[in-house]
Amino acid sequence: MSKTIKQISGAEAVIRCLLEEDVNLIYGYPGGAIMPIYDELYKFSKELTHILTRHEQGAIHAAQGFSRASGKVGVAMATSGPGATNLVTGLADAQLDSTPVVCITGQVGAHLLGTDAFQEIDIISISMPVTKWNYQVTNVEEIPEILAKAFYIARSGRPGPVLIDITKNAQFDTFDYSYKKCKGIRSYNIQEDVEEESNLEEAVQAINNAKKPLIVFGQGVILGKAEDELKEFIEKTGIPAAWTILGLSALPSKHPLNVGMVGMHGNYAPNLLTNECDVLIAIGMRFDDRVTGNVQTYASQAKIIHLEIDSAEINKNIKVDIPLLGNCKNSLQLLTQKVIKKEHPEWRNRFNELLQEEYDVVIKKDLYPEKPGLTMGEVIRLINQYTKGEAIIVTDVGQHQMVTCRYAEFTKSKSNITSGGLGTMGFALPSAIGAKMGAPEREVVAVIGDGGYQMNIQELGTIFQNKTAVKIVVLNNNFLGMVRQWQQLFFDKRYASTEMVNPDFIKIAQAFDITAKKVEAREDLEDAVKEMILSKESYFLEVCVEKEDNVFPMIPTGASVSDIRLK
Amino acid sequence: MQNINKYTISIYTENNVGLLNRISALFLKRHINIESISSSESEIKNIFRFVIVVNLSEEKVKNISLQIEKQIDVIKVFYNEDKETIFQESALYKVKTSSLFEKRQVQNIIKNSHAKIITVSPEFFVIEKTGFREETDELYKELIPYGLLQFVRSGRISITKNKMDISSILTKINKK
Repeated sequence: MSKTIKQISGAEAVIRCLLEEDVNLIYGYPGGAIMPIYDELYKFSKELTHILTRHEQGAIHAAQGFSRASGKVGVAMATSGPGATNLVTGLADAQLDSTPVVCITGQVGAHLLGTDAFQEIDIISISMPVTKWNYQVTNVEEIPEILAKAFYIARSGRPGPVLIDITKNAQFDTFDYSYKKCKGIRSYNIQEDVEEESNLEEAVQAINNAKKPLIVFGQGVILGKAEDELKEFIEKTGIPAAWTILGLSALPSKHPLNVGMVGMHGNYAPNLLTNECDVLIAIGMRFDDRVTGNVQTYASQAKIIHLEIDSAEINKNIKVDIPLLGNCKNSLQLLTQKVIKKEHPEWRNRFNELLQEEYDVVIKKDLYPEKPGLTMGEVIRLINQYTKGEAIIVTDVGQHQMVTCRYAEFTKSKSNITSGGLGTMGFALPSAIGAKMGAPEREVVAVIGDGGYQMNIQELGTIFQNKTAVKIVVLNNNFLGMVRQWQQLFFDKRYASTEMVNPDFIKIAQAFDITAKKVEAREDLEDAVKEMILSKESYFLEVCVEKEDNVFPMIPTGASVSDIRLK
Repeated sequence: MQNINKYTISIYTENNVGLLNRISALFLKRHINIESISSSESEIKNIFRFVIVVNLSEEKVKNISLQIEKQIDVIKVFYNEDKETIFQESALYKVKTSSLFEKRQVQNIIKNSHAKIITVSPEFFVIEKTGFREETDELYKELIPYGLLQFVRSGRISITKNKMDISSILTKINKK
């Protein structure tokens, strides 16, 4: 426990609590009900940097990007009322993608609660379904204990967002402060180690006997810091490993056992062979519908082993034969010790054959197009070439996201930052800012569509004010491309409200003092990408890509993963 | 279609503001109608017990029970079929006093239903009946013709036949 400090304000206590939790960077936007805390931020500006975003949604996405790049808890602050409601999309995003974030909102004085006071909103009720935990502090004495709990809950078990709403009186009032880190909560039980010895034995047997095993891993590997354990496990067992969009970068792209992405726009082989494997080992993933397609036919022939820390995920979407509840870091270690060494050469060859098929029909013309129009794929290929897979790649939502996740190459974990579960357009620009601040020594490239870019474009102001050296690539097809693709395929090409008449993005970037370049022809692309990556400062690159290109392969909604279409 | 059954979900929780909201939101999210709900302090001081009755398939009741248990302030969730529990509901009926004296029938109804008269005033009297839903429903139907002024029924309260050992769970947690 920290030593007691006599009679400090609740607002000062909030800052001291953040410092106790090793927070030195937060994102936010001030306003009436949170002014006492901002006043303390002024005093503590040496210890705690506050980044003023241009919108509260930008603040929470930045906190998410910071967290995803650094592995630490992201912190965002906002005032009551609209400040708080503007956080909601980010909370929902963090909830679905298990991102540890603590949000602190100001609230009207406790005596005004329920009077519809100026900027009073019941953010506790509003944020309940989109937070792992939330709490309203009305009494100054509660602040240290509640903030300690908030950080503990956000980062432990399956991480997630926590919102703490603090009434103005609790910020102003004084008390004797001391801080004690939270080490556990009796109603919140985290099972780190597999307790069912028999399940473990059964899993080992299934893996040892498998002729055609397949691994699908998700973000649980990254959140559980189990990248090395995953690598050791697959190298010993020789099992091909595919990833969900949030699992991307946990295993180096060029690892010989990395067989690509599963799901709607994933790779041909792992999707097709999901319905052919005899044992499916799901690690830290939750069988999202975008991954499974039709659940009735999903891997129905296979014995399914599920390594998962959240017991509510087991048997939620897909019936599992052998659940291994616990941190996958521990479970993988145990499995690796017990399984026998294997190679599976014939089975692995199936993946290579199907990859070749996908290459011939899809990948080749995405990456090395012969048509005049620029493709998103070739932009990513050039980014790979100049970043050598060392960069953090941040994506928004839509066609560019799928293309980037399919083709971007990674050598390091925590390098793929994207909005997976919620599919939040507008996520990339602010989260790239957070990522750069969370990993300042690393290159951060945000790849964004022309639609999503304009959803949080105001955050260029944050980049400008803080001289944040993020690289922004807008893949401009003057369409909301993914919706347009669906309209083309399933709605008879009726392009309802998907065509975008865009402003001059170059002028906009220049107004924020960001070096900007627009590329319309293939011969200019490589030099522009090279110049962007070599730049030490923020850089904006607009690439005008083919307007009506589609992302393939594709599993139509409701179809089985093995119905994946190459064209 | 899976078999729909009546389930009683018992939820042991910390005594925290807003928890009812958090729990009911999980039902709302899945568009599940709550048949009845009640809450009170449990056999352990400061630990609350919610009793929620729903009509669901076992798969769904299991799923939502896990989602409820996942909430930070929830200690443990159990779900049971009717045959595994002993359950009751309480109902109050307010009837005009005149009908008690003018119509002999009313006295017979009360006697036959094993209901209790808990208060009598010159204008009205109040009957209390504790039992199964069918029993309180039956009494309701019988009293309607005699001028039922008000009627209210509680949510189900329920106790399981098997052990629901929350104390030992708490001891185990507290030791960790």
